[in-house]
Amino acid sequence: MDIVPILSTLRRHKTTALLVVLEIALTCAIVCNAVFLISNRLERMKMPGGVAQHELIMVQAASIGQQADAKARAREDLALLRQIPGVTAAALVNEVPFTNSSWNTSIKLDPKQKLATLNATQYYGENLLQTFGTRLVAGRYFRDDEYMDFADIRNNEELQAKVGSIVITQGLAEKLWPGQSPLGRSIYLGDSSVRVIGVVAGLIRPSLFNGDASAQWSMVFPLRMDTGNASRYVLRSAPAERERVLAAAAAALRKADPHRVILDKKTLDELRDDFFQGDRSMAGLMLGVCVALLVVTALGIVGLGSFWVAQRRRTIGVRRALGATRGNILHYFQTENFLLATIGIALGMVLAYGINLFLMVHYELPRLPAFYLPVGAAVLWLIGQAAVLGPALRAAAVPPVVATRSV
Amino acid sequence: MFGYYLDLALRSLKRNRMLTALMVVAIALGIGACMTTLTVLHVLSGDPLPGKSARLYYPQIDPQDMDGYQPQNEPPLQVSWTDGMNLLHAKRADNQALMTGGSVPIQPEQSSLEPFYDDARYTTAGFFAMFEVPFLYGRAWSEADDDGSARVAVLSRKLNDKLFGGADSTGRTVRMEDVAFRVVGVIDDWRPNPHFYDLFSARYGGEESVFVPLTTAADLKFGRNGSMDCWGKGSGDNMKTATCTWLQLWVQLDSPAKAAAYKDFLIHYSQEQKAIGNFQRPPNVRLRNLMEWLDYAKVVPSDVRLQVWLALGFLLVCLVNTVGLMLAKFLRRSAELGVRRALGASRRSVFAQLLVEAGTVGLVGGLGGLLLAVAGLWLVRRQPVNYAALAHLDLPMLATTFLLAVGATLLAGLLPAWRACQVTPALQLKSN
Repeated sequence: MDIVPILSTLRRHKTTALLVVLEIALTCAIVCNAVFLISNRLERMKMPGGVAQHELIMVQAASIGQQADAKARAREDLALLRQIPGVTAAALVNEVPFTNSSWNTSIKLDPKQKLATLNATQYYGENLLQTFGTRLVAGRYFRDDEYMDFADIRNNEELQAKVGSIVITQGLAEKLWPGQSPLGRSIYLGDSSVRVIGVVAGLIRPSLFNGDASAQWSMVFPLRMDTGNASRYVLRSAPAERERVLAAAAAALRKADPHRVILDKKTLDELRDDFFQGDRSMAGLMLGVCVALLVVTALGIVGLGSFWVAQRRRTIGVRRALGATRGNILHYFQTENFLLATIGIALGMVLAYGINLFLMVHYELPRLPAFYLPVGAAVLWLIGQAAVLGPALRAAAVPPVVATRSV
Repeated sequence: MFGYYLDLALRSLKRNRMLTALMVVAIALGIGACMTTLTVLHVLSGDPLPGKSARLYYPQIDPQDMDGYQPQNEPPLQVSWTDGMNLLHAKRADNQALMTGGSVPIQPEQSSLEPFYDDARYTTAGFFAMFEVPFLYGRAWSEADDDGSARVAVLSRKLNDKLFGGADSTGRTVRMEDVAFRVVGVIDDWRPNPHFYDLFSARYGGEESVFVPLTTAADLKFGRNGSMDCWGKGSGDNMKTATCTWLQLWVQLDSPAKAAAYKDFLIHYSQEQKAIGNFQRPPNVRLRNLMEWLDYAKVVPSDVRLQVWLALGFLLVCLVNTVGLMLAKFLRRSAELGVRRALGASRRSVFAQLLVEAGTVGLVGGLGGLLLAVAGLWLVRRQPVNYAALAHLDLPMLATTFLLAVGATLLAGLLPAWRACQVTPALQLKSN
């Protein structure tokens, strides 16, 4: 197909041609970036929790008034919860993944350090790791005799110094001691230090206020909680049993202490869904805008294509009368659209890169991967061709006799 | 003349229904998306206390030890009990209040109602006057109540409806955490958004059901919510001596001169505390007014801003689309316009005629966009985000929608109309 006549025709419709190019360029740039944002959100929603995601439920219960014997209350509660058929483990913990409520502390690797190394979250609760179903990759979990009562150490610095061991995540270990075994190494919290005795594959922080990069910076301490300082009970059961266990657990807790209010009861799947709700709706919204953009652009091409075909009816008739086949006419319009789309896409790539730079500066987004550009180009070429097909077919159907009419 | 142009425009638009529909739908989609996101942004970045906000300030000081000290760092976002109480009792501002959020179990007397937890605010007497909280019954507690840790409470209208059926409950008793409190006042509906005075709980849609004196809540060890930052020996059991920042201090300063004087006072206070060994760092104070504080705390979610950019981009594409279609449409009528020109219509009047046509598309598109924006906001309200309930179209935004729609379409019509009225009448007449 000779493109010279096409170019000379386009030169006579500069403004309209330019508008098609501009529209394709803008659509290309916005869609590339929006799809990138969508994929980022979807990727974020897959963030590993490191726990037995589909087997856990949480019941949050709070007692009214001051607790006379909080430790005994917690022991009794847990014994009752473990008796519920289907419950394989239960723990009373200070924080739970995906709840946006967390205890955090700054840690150091050397007590003489002036600035803290990083900020990590602190998980407390007897039997917490076994109940959460984390995966041990090195060392060991806590022995029963290692646990101390949080209520006792809270105001006692001497006792605080005796909390000797800690389990951390692989992500935290890799951040603190890249490429080295963390087992036996010390972490300093204020004046006291603890030694790493075990490493788990992962355990997500309950809230990601410091950014996603620190999502796995979690530490687990051998501390026992009671109803005076913790309110979240975590139970583990087979996925199919969760709903029943959830209802039974809430009932059992109410029955054990009628002077108590159930604040929340949810499966960990529900908590996770809520946690990523913002990302999900943002991705949905972007998807909607992308589809709308592509449809508007396609319809714009159809509209302008139809207009051009109507305008050039006589020219087409003359060409047909001079021997051009229907195929020639069809190809003419298809090639014309391909040319415009190509210029638009080239411009769109530059624009896409510019928008990405803006988003990188203002929204801490990573760089747009290069493969988005050819994929975006292919999509726009296809849409352009699909949109122009109708008008082009109508053009091809113009009979040669048109050339002889009028004038 | 306008009526005639309008008639011409309608005829022309009717002649090519598909093209007209396409333009109207594109404008409506673009405007609808823009107005939905702009309304959300407008609502979220609004002034929670118009007329008062410029006189309200949020003081920050730095009481931390030298651990992790870096000269360029901002001071902590909240204050400790010790500093909060010192600054409160100094009474250097026109009004002041110290506060934090919490959650308390409320035990209704009626046996038909189970005990329940509700959001509470632990604060000091100045809160109500400073933030102009409207009272339905009774009044705020006094400073003497603060000093004496009195068992008094102010209820929200909603809680008063729930507990006392909406009756004047002043003087009656409400039990919280097994302690009896005397109701001294009931406030009317009051829901400033953003929840500016405490951004450490829900930033939007936050609403406390019960207010009690901070000193009382501290004595009874009521559960607190929000954020707490500690250094040195940290919190332990006694929040009054804790080396932690966990309270919000607000002051009212009626003139810029007073604000400058208060800032000096904060520096003097920091120096004094350093001299007696309580502070270790050099004075590092901030005194932001309400709107500056909201801006600094980045209260508007970044996703909302991103959505606005996305919608603006979308509108731009829709407009380019409309410019192209309108250009095609106008140029196609060159012959008709040529006749009008030949019969004596000036370029100007042809231009005006075409702009009326463009404006008509804009107006219809704007109406469609408005409907889409209403639908879009309905969708936003169904999202489980804390600002969902606030997403309503108000009068200024309604006017903006129409201005934006008609303005944008007129702008889009300028180029096509200008191009179309460049036709040479003779040439057009000849070709036919």
